[in-house]
Amino acid sequence: MNFEEYASKPLLAESGIKVPKSILVVDADSAATAAKELGPCVVKAQVPTGKRGKAGGIKLADTPDEAHQHATAILGMTIGEFIVEKVLIEEKSDIKREFYAAVLNDPVSKGPVVMFSTEGGMDIEDVAADTPEKLKKHAVDIRHGFSIGDAQALIAGLDLSGAEAGVSETLVKLYAAYITNDAELLEINPLIITGSGDVAALDCKFTLDDSAIKRQQELSTKGTPDKLTELEQMGEDNGIKYIELDGDVCVLANGAGLTMTTMDVVGHHGGKPANFCEIGGEAYTKGTVALKMVLAKPGIKSLVVNFCGAFARCDVMMEGLLNAWDEVKPDIPVFFSIAGTGDEEAIRMLKEKLDMDPLPDMSAACKAAVDAAKGSN
Amino acid sequence: MIIPRKETRILVQGITGKQGTFWTERMQEYGANVVGGVNPKKAGTEHVGVPVYASAAEAQEGVGFDASLMFIPPLGLKAAALDAIEAGAKMILMLTEHVPVHDIMYIMAAAKEAGTQIVGPNTAGGVTVDETFMGFMPAFNQRIFKKGSVGVLSRSGSLGTLLCQNIVSAGYGQTAFVGIGGDPVIGTTTRDALEALDAFPGTEAVVMVGEIGGAMEEDAAEYAKTMSKPVISYIAGGAAPPGKKMGHAGAIVMGDKGTYASKKKALEAAGVNVLSTPVHVGDALKEVLG
Repeated sequence: MNFEEYASKPLLAESGIKVPKSILVVDADSAATAAKELGPCVVKAQVPTGKRGKAGGIKLADTPDEAHQHATAILGMTIGEFIVEKVLIEEKSDIKREFYAAVLNDPVSKGPVVMFSTEGGMDIEDVAADTPEKLKKHAVDIRHGFSIGDAQALIAGLDLSGAEAGVSETLVKLYAAYITNDAELLEINPLIITGSGDVAALDCKFTLDDSAIKRQQELSTKGTPDKLTELEQMGEDNGIKYIELDGDVCVLANGAGLTMTTMDVVGHHGGKPANFCEIGGEAYTKGTVALKMVLAKPGIKSLVVNFCGAFARCDVMMEGLLNAWDEVKPDIPVFFSIAGTGDEEAIRMLKEKLDMDPLPDMSAACKAAVDAAKGSN
Repeated sequence: MIIPRKETRILVQGITGKQGTFWTERMQEYGANVVGGVNPKKAGTEHVGVPVYASAAEAQEGVGFDASLMFIPPLGLKAAALDAIEAGAKMILMLTEHVPVHDIMYIMAAAKEAGTQIVGPNTAGGVTVDETFMGFMPAFNQRIFKKGSVGVLSRSGSLGTLLCQNIVSAGYGQTAFVGIGGDPVIGTTTRDALEALDAFPGTEAVVMVGEIGGAMEEDAAEYAKTMSKPVISYIAGGAAPPGKKMGHAGAIVMGDKGTYASKKKALEAAGVNVLSTPVHVGDALKEVLG
């Protein structure tokens, strides 16, 4: 779950990292009022995506009038796929230098990695690609944490204009905030040195580990939920992973890998999937609601059901589907591929209830669904 | 130890739950050497014919075990795994999905120090054909698992099962199946599993089932280059839209990282046959095994 700047920065402040004063507003008049209080300021679009500056979503304002003008221009602007509905009015900082600092979950070392670079304010992927020697990294043993000595070693040899002590302390506080908040990523870019030698966070990106939301309930209310369609929301409410796509061949399968593959094979045969819908794992008892959801999308032409039972039993998934059948009465052709745990029973149930047989394999089922969708055009 | 053997002594933590009971019984029917279980509330009793202990440490003192299989809810996994690591488990297989990543990283650090191999989390388990199995796999279904010479590894349980079914229907069989799990941080990587299958007795070819996201397939390609045995691969997610988590936390494409194209390119450069659909696996095996 992503957090916007206004929701991320307080986590740094709670950990003792200095952040500039700021006020969140939703209209231009409030932006001017905030600017009056803060003096020269920066008007910053609040959206859960990067590249706000390049999109024109961050502007300096010396006066309340300018803040009003910028807020008027920025509010309602589209950045990435998001419409700007909030702007952060932040006091202008006296920037002497810009650095980069982050802590993230690293799949390679299988632990947290603390990163620091003197090349702040830039796209860190570019720094990593062009000048990897300028991106310092420290792999942490999460059992022991990240100490002031580790931070000093990380920045050793770098010229930080006398702010070495302040930066080391900030890195330790950043790591503490990363742990406290179950972060997947906690990033400060830029981390600045001011004219008076203070260290402060000018921006912050925080991603909460989705698997930790259950123990970070209060924190998660401050994040930005994924933008979901009505059907995707219905999936979420029912514990089913459903992603709406723009094709016309519906996909219903168990397990993330198998569902993705079903989409791929629909594509391989020249069709376009209408959705990703999976009822694997603990969701395998939810065939009834899954079938209803899949069929609720307008404009669909056919459905491929691909069950390959491991933990998820084919017979249980089929029972759920058949329970919904009379109620939803699918008016599009449906093709089945069934294998794995509970397959024989599922095939028997399909024959008994609908007098249908599965196709010999998933490729045949996907091809039949694609052909049916094309034939109905 | 990534691939358990017939003699491997298996402890089941969370044995008394509904899933723990169901799958332990399937494992026992298959011939798995389940020596005991753990549930602090039922310590001292017997369940599905084996003793139940209060902790892995007590089980180690009691019956002794090599590998532990965990049927444990997400927020309890860290404590259960640390118990098994301290008790000297050689291998821990973690099935649980949606475990906080900080907990996983804690387990990984402790396991590394103790020399314990972690498989998972978020895996359906592993099968050593005609010897043993651990987890939720339909090892007992003879249209899916049959003794043969193909080693199979997969991030996804359901998709791995599908590939295994296609291998058997094409007239081949497997030595072992290793489910590595769909999370971003996992104990046994694609490369680790590939190395283990390459070294496993009787393996003549390896089928590697990957997905979009991360860089594990690219890393495994480096090892595949050095192998004398043929490697065949299927990568799921070619049709997935970027930026979306496709059910597995690990399956997400950010920018040009973790894409289908990047994985296919790395694998083909290493001489791996990348299949366009899973049902082509039979033809690909025929080419290399005859």
